[in-house]
Amino acid sequence: MLRYTVKRLIQGVVTVWFIATATFFAMHAVPGDPLTSDKAVSPEIRANLEARYGLDRPLVEQYWIYLTNMASGDFGISFTQQNREVNDIIAEHFKVSATLGILAIVFAAFGGILWGAVTALYRNRAPDIVIVFLVILGISVPSFVFAAFGQLSVVKLNDWLGFTLVPVAGWGTVQHMIVPSLVLGLGTMAFLTRLMRSSMLEIVNADFVRTARAKGLPATRIFRKHQLRNAILPVITVLGPSIAAITTGGFVVELVFAIPGLGRYFVQAVQQLDYTVIMGTTVLYGAFLVFMVIAVDIVYGLVDPRVRLD
Amino acid sequence: MSDAAESTSPVAAPRLDVSALLQLLCIGGLGVAVLAVILWVLAQWNEGGAGEAVDLATGTVTLTLAQEPPQMDSTRGTDQVSFRILGHVMEGLLRYDENDGLVGAMAERWRIDDQSATFWLRPNARWSNGEPVTAHDFVFAWRKVVEPANASQYAFILYGIRNAEAVNNGEMPVEALAVRASDDRTLEVEFARPVPYFDKLTAFATYNPINQAFYESTDGRYGADADELLYNGPFVISRWVHGASLRLEKNPAYWDADRIQLNAIDHAYITTDANAVLNLFKDDKVALAALNAENLEDALQQRWEINRFSTGSVYFLELNHRPERLTSNYHLRKALQAVNDPAELVYKIIKLPGNLPGNSLFPVWLKGVHGHFRQEHPAPAHTPDEAQGRRYLARALDELGLEELPPLVMLTGDSPSANKQSEYYQNVFKQKLGIDVKIDRQIFKQRLEKMTAGDFDLVAAGWGPDYDDPMTFADLFASWNENNRGRYSNPALDAQVDIARSSSDARTRMGAMAEVQQMLYDDAVILVQYESGSVYVAHPRVQGLVRRVVGTDPDYTNAWIAPLGAG
Repeated sequence: MLRYTVKRLIQGVVTVWFIATATFFAMHAVPGDPLTSDKAVSPEIRANLEARYGLDRPLVEQYWIYLTNMASGDFGISFTQQNREVNDIIAEHFKVSATLGILAIVFAAFGGILWGAVTALYRNRAPDIVIVFLVILGISVPSFVFAAFGQLSVVKLNDWLGFTLVPVAGWGTVQHMIVPSLVLGLGTMAFLTRLMRSSMLEIVNADFVRTARAKGLPATRIFRKHQLRNAILPVITVLGPSIAAITTGGFVVELVFAIPGLGRYFVQAVQQLDYTVIMGTTVLYGAFLVFMVIAVDIVYGLVDPRVRLD
Repeated sequence: MSDAAESTSPVAAPRLDVSALLQLLCIGGLGVAVLAVILWVLAQWNEGGAGEAVDLATGTVTLTLAQEPPQMDSTRGTDQVSFRILGHVMEGLLRYDENDGLVGAMAERWRIDDQSATFWLRPNARWSNGEPVTAHDFVFAWRKVVEPANASQYAFILYGIRNAEAVNNGEMPVEALAVRASDDRTLEVEFARPVPYFDKLTAFATYNPINQAFYESTDGRYGADADELLYNGPFVISRWVHGASLRLEKNPAYWDADRIQLNAIDHAYITTDANAVLNLFKDDKVALAALNAENLEDALQQRWEINRFSTGSVYFLELNHRPERLTSNYHLRKALQAVNDPAELVYKIIKLPGNLPGNSLFPVWLKGVHGHFRQEHPAPAHTPDEAQGRRYLARALDELGLEELPPLVMLTGDSPSANKQSEYYQNVFKQKLGIDVKIDRQIFKQRLEKMTAGDFDLVAAGWGPDYDDPMTFADLFASWNENNRGRYSNPALDAQVDIARSSSDARTRMGAMAEVQQMLYDDAVILVQYESGSVYVAHPRVQGLVRRVVGTDPDYTNAWIAPLGAG
């Protein structure tokens, strides 16, 4: 178990290094750089800027500087938010994205497992058909539509009530978090519901369930110990990447609800070619995803005794 | 994700018994409980949200920002949001008042001639820590601007001061900058050449003062946070949560504090999403929402009063004058110009109120000798003429020795409005002249890169003013200007620009710039599209809001909240 974990962690670090290197060179291959702006500057002012940011040095040297700084945990200073360190930006805004992401994933996981089990138990009956229809809707409708719709609904609700029950946008209180996290988790919940449903259906008629029933075990015990526990495995498998995807993919929701999350910085950094922020966020997200997958593999071993980690 | 079990097993699913459902409900209940616990924990360390759009009792107006200010160090700031906040919390020597007139700010008197300028500071001008604002603070800040290591993009705006350019290029020490504090309250400036609009320049944020001792105490983080700035303007930043909100509160140390009626301006939301801002406005949470072509209809249906104002920018298609390009041919440019119809573009394609069809690089709001520049020097008359365009095209083909013109490349941005406009021009040039246009759509940075490299025949470009003098437009197509991306080069035009920027006689200067205006049209240097405007809705109880072309915009320093019923 320990050896396995260490091995996977080393693999993870190599993967992250690879992500960082590929991003660095891909980013520099894109035409333009962080210093170009709408209003052109004279070659002298341009030279001053390049010297200030070290962009006048050869690319390989920049890569080396960047790599050694990264090893010591320093991602440098943002080009667009010119007085802020990338570390500060990540620290302040990842917290927000993570809060939103965790809420969304809790909502998605519990909802997914619940609705998935309900649809499987009520297969081909009214609740199943209604929920499956909603699931297809949830998977196929993009999040910006849900976000805009969610926000508009809040405006209408408040207007109808005559006072602000749920804030339209912003961040800071619990009320601010409810609608965005619902919107953010909706797609994942739909996906998990579908996964849970098919996984439950495979198990409903499995031999060990029939055996359990033949033994005369109570239905509740069969459901909990034999069906649910087995059916939940694929859901846990995708939960790791889902947590990473939700925490990092909240750009649209963050924009619509004016939430100071990291997703916004990530997307804007790419548009603005803000080298240091691109590197910082990409490495963070890359590392997050890689280690989530590792964590899931380890948890898998705990949930399913058949899985041996070595 | 096929339901394998469904197809292979003919056995029906076991009937759901009540206890299984109960268990499911328990799972659901557990989910709700976990959420509740998490929310409760989060609630412990979160601070309260924002208030209503306007609050008369506390004198607070709540607003949105498109982004958080990227650079609050006035020597290095370049963007609108930073300048907007700086305009509320800092003051230079002079400022624009609510009627766009220049009035004394830190300076109570000033004198400007051809060679030099002197500013006498107010005795009661103070920083927010109580220290007086002195002439030394200006000397320090201006030296910072031109110091090469500080790498200010706006350093050029000080080049009118003697030795500024040489210092910025590293040829002279910063002490050589011809700015001097002869005593605490007297600032003396020597010019490299006459700068008749120097008074207007001093209202620009790059000219703001900085307290040296404070600057040095921040250890390179000046402007990074609310407590890493010292303020001398009407407001101070009282709370700045990065990426989330920025709250301004009245500065008690401000010399003219009696003028300021608002107690606080709370930028409680930071988002670029125009629909989100409009939703907040509908919910009475913010006092102003800018409109775009997509949500204008929505605002009209609400029967709100729609306000419009000029942003001061001019948009045009810039032609590539590099000799290897087809567009370096005069008659081809004239052909394209002949079919350019700005009125059609503005009224039938853009369709957003506030924009004006463009006739000249010099927008209508610029001031001339006495009145407006464009009244004193009208733009060249332009009537779209398809037949004339065809005649020009025939001559161009003749000169180029071509049977048919190869497709022209039009470089453009990737926004919906850029798409609409470029497709419109593609259609116009095809229909009226039979010229094929290939649209090269690029995201911001790549477009700039291609513009600089000259990789285009036509490019959608624009220009916004830095200061309130036609000069801010006039030198755009001078051969030495880096923003002249089409590399237009005309010694006659350069000569007029030289006259305009160094003469001290207003009549001569405006005359020279009128020449520039004429040359730009006669030589078809650019195809002018429109003067941009903006539309917005504002809370009816917010009074005294100033929107302007040059300077702080929007400006809430003169605003107040009308009592209920009086709005």
